[in-house]
Amino acid sequence: MKEFQIVVLAKQVPDTKNVGKDAMNADGTINRAALPAIFNPDDMKALEMALECRDIIKKENKIDVKVTVITMGPPRASEIIRESMFRGADNGIVISDKRFAGSDTLATSYALAMAIKKLGHYDVVFTGRQAIDGDTAQVGPQTAEKLQVPQITYADEIIAATADSIRLKRVLQNGVEVVESKLPALVTVHGNAKNCRSRHAHLVISRKNDEIPMWTADDINPDFERLGLKGSPTKVKNIENVVLAKKESIAVNSDDEGIRGLVEDLTAAHIF
Amino acid sequence: MNFYQDNKSLAFYLRHPMMAEIIRQKENDFADAGKDVLAPKDVDDAIDNYDRILDIVGELCGDVLDVNAEAVDIEGPHIVDNAIVYAKGTQQNHEAMRDAGLYGMALPRKYNGLNFPYVPYVMAAEMVSRADAGFANIWGLQDCAETILRFADDAIKDEFLPRIYKGDTCSMDLTEPDAGSDLQSVQLKATFDEKANCWRLNGVKRFITNGDADIKLVLARSEEGSTDGRGLSLFVYDRKEKAVTVRRIENKMGIHGSPTAELVFNNAPAKLVGDRKMGLIKYVMSLMNGARLGVGAQSVGLSEAAVRDAEEYADQREQFGKKIREFVAVQDILDMMRCKTDASRSLLYETARYVETNKKVCDMLTPVLKMFASEWANQNAFDDIQIHGGSGFMKEYKCERLYRDARILTIYEGTSQLQVVAAARFLGNGAYLKYIADLDNFEYAEDLLPLRDKLRAMTEKYKEIFDLSGNKETHHRRLVEAVGYIIMGYLMLQDTTRCADFRKSCENIIKLGQGEIAKTYEYVKE
Repeated sequence: MKEFQIVVLAKQVPDTKNVGKDAMNADGTINRAALPAIFNPDDMKALEMALECRDIIKKENKIDVKVTVITMGPPRASEIIRESMFRGADNGIVISDKRFAGSDTLATSYALAMAIKKLGHYDVVFTGRQAIDGDTAQVGPQTAEKLQVPQITYADEIIAATADSIRLKRVLQNGVEVVESKLPALVTVHGNAKNCRSRHAHLVISRKNDEIPMWTADDINPDFERLGLKGSPTKVKNIENVVLAKKESIAVNSDDEGIRGLVEDLTAAHIF
Repeated sequence: MNFYQDNKSLAFYLRHPMMAEIIRQKENDFADAGKDVLAPKDVDDAIDNYDRILDIVGELCGDVLDVNAEAVDIEGPHIVDNAIVYAKGTQQNHEAMRDAGLYGMALPRKYNGLNFPYVPYVMAAEMVSRADAGFANIWGLQDCAETILRFADDAIKDEFLPRIYKGDTCSMDLTEPDAGSDLQSVQLKATFDEKANCWRLNGVKRFITNGDADIKLVLARSEEGSTDGRGLSLFVYDRKEKAVTVRRIENKMGIHGSPTAELVFNNAPAKLVGDRKMGLIKYVMSLMNGARLGVGAQSVGLSEAAVRDAEEYADQREQFGKKIREFVAVQDILDMMRCKTDASRSLLYETARYVETNKKVCDMLTPVLKMFASEWANQNAFDDIQIHGGSGFMKEYKCERLYRDARILTIYEGTSQLQVVAAARFLGNGAYLKYIADLDNFEYAEDLLPLRDKLRAMTEKYKEIFDLSGNKETHHRRLVEAVGYIIMGYLMLQDTTRCADFRKSCENIIKLGQGEIAKTYEYVKE
């Protein structure tokens, strides 16, 4: 029987939670050198869902299952591939090329879709809902469109998976929805989904020196007009560092009366 | 939070110059390199492995164990159907450590272990204790595997050791109602059942840490009619046999994450570990030394938790318009806490380095470590409350739990008083003095020589005290303490030679020791 192939799309992002003084360049762009690079949190959750999916398929269907993580970024993005392997991913590929520079979500999803196609066969793709540096939540859905596969967004929990279908719980604004899809499909995973499993001691030692394949633009057979800046209709005009300053403050006593007053004020101001 | 990354001392001791030899020995000159994916190819590769694994331990300690500690303290374990169910947080801790492959770190690779030497293993234990001193017992009891590895036959090893990696927990069942410190009085009966071709255990054990463990090492009287330690043998019992009942869980002052149970053995089938009659004399003694080192690690971990907790509060609490840390009296307490923590850690890793390289030095340092580290963990927990002032007396604050958790450390695995007994023989035979002379023979940094001279003067003073005391038992504690201060002073001085960050703690421990030795001199002289 053929192998069941799970793909995870992940991104290495600047750690925007730990922003220091020199996080922004004078021209308003992000000073990436000053920010520690981390595994995008939602993508880490997608990795966990992919690994769970592998566990389910293996157990129920007794077929070979592989989890392959793909990331697009500078060569150092291989760090998150290695991190994925330490947590249980089987393989990983970095797509790195200067010709990808300046990609917006359209160009990025195009490159990722081409890379997935290059793999040959795939059954399900997991990715985080959004990355903490851009917060667009577009790359997952756009990739699904380019692959012409169904997409399940905001997935919170994997309920079941077979060799040709998947059932997931989605978290929406007003409730929870359980959906089932035929495979292949693409799933974007919500930030509230289960945390990723820990690195495993044996995997850390046995895979720390694994070579991680690096694909260039040529390897994914693209239409070069659709890559990088050329393929990106979105142009960032300016980035501003917005600091919310305290304009006025009131002191609220931490007793019932104080809290009641606060609630009344907030209600009156239509904030509540 | 990562308890490995935020404490640079650990990475420092991991790279101690002695480590190269320890690793070469442990790895049998890297004979498995290339044959086993988990085997390191050289010293640097091994240290890189330890570093990476300790990073995982540090992350789990900070993000899981430490987070769960408060709820575990409140919930504690329960008895359900004569068996122990851990607190919810304890179960999560256990699963997190198991799923990360962190049980069996010190076991050989053929049993799915990582073949770690003691130093990195003890570092993991220290971090676990910093997060939750109670859980440190459950995790740390994997030490029992070491006893099985050293003394049991191959069939027992093959049966039990691979299970450690899978998360089976251990216990050492020694204490009975009438056999606490005096283990020679153990009564639990072991009789050989010819028909079933196995040993049967009958009787009661009390105060058993992690009493409902999957794999139990049980000290029992196998020689009918015997009355002392020579009639005792060590057995391994498998929980799957379902022949041990948990009668009660003790309601303890602290370490609630660690269930302490009273057990009834009902004709429980068991296997003999090693030779008959060697249970107490040989195997338990070896088990105890490991356990004492474990309590040393537990104590240092708890001290680290206390000093950080105190520092955090002192940096945050303001009185008279400034942070309380800015008051000399508060800073002085913090300095002393830091110095005791650093000094006991330095002794901890020195002891751990000798487990595999020089048993005599290890045996000599272990009781000093156990006594100092546990007493100081208590002092640090006490001072942590003091820094918190009135708030520290309230149950809402962590320092209150640390204080309760610390209290057992000077008691179990041999009280401080028994540590003095264990150390006393090295006073009379001059072993400590010889070891101190070896410590003195080191190339200290030029600017540290005045401190070394102070240590030399302290050593001379100690010799005078020893002569004045006539090595009488009534003075043993004072003599062991004096020796401890000198040893830790020298160790910290060597650390400071390699890394200037230790300078303040080094100066403080020497000052503290100097004062204590002067007092002891006056006391003994009288």
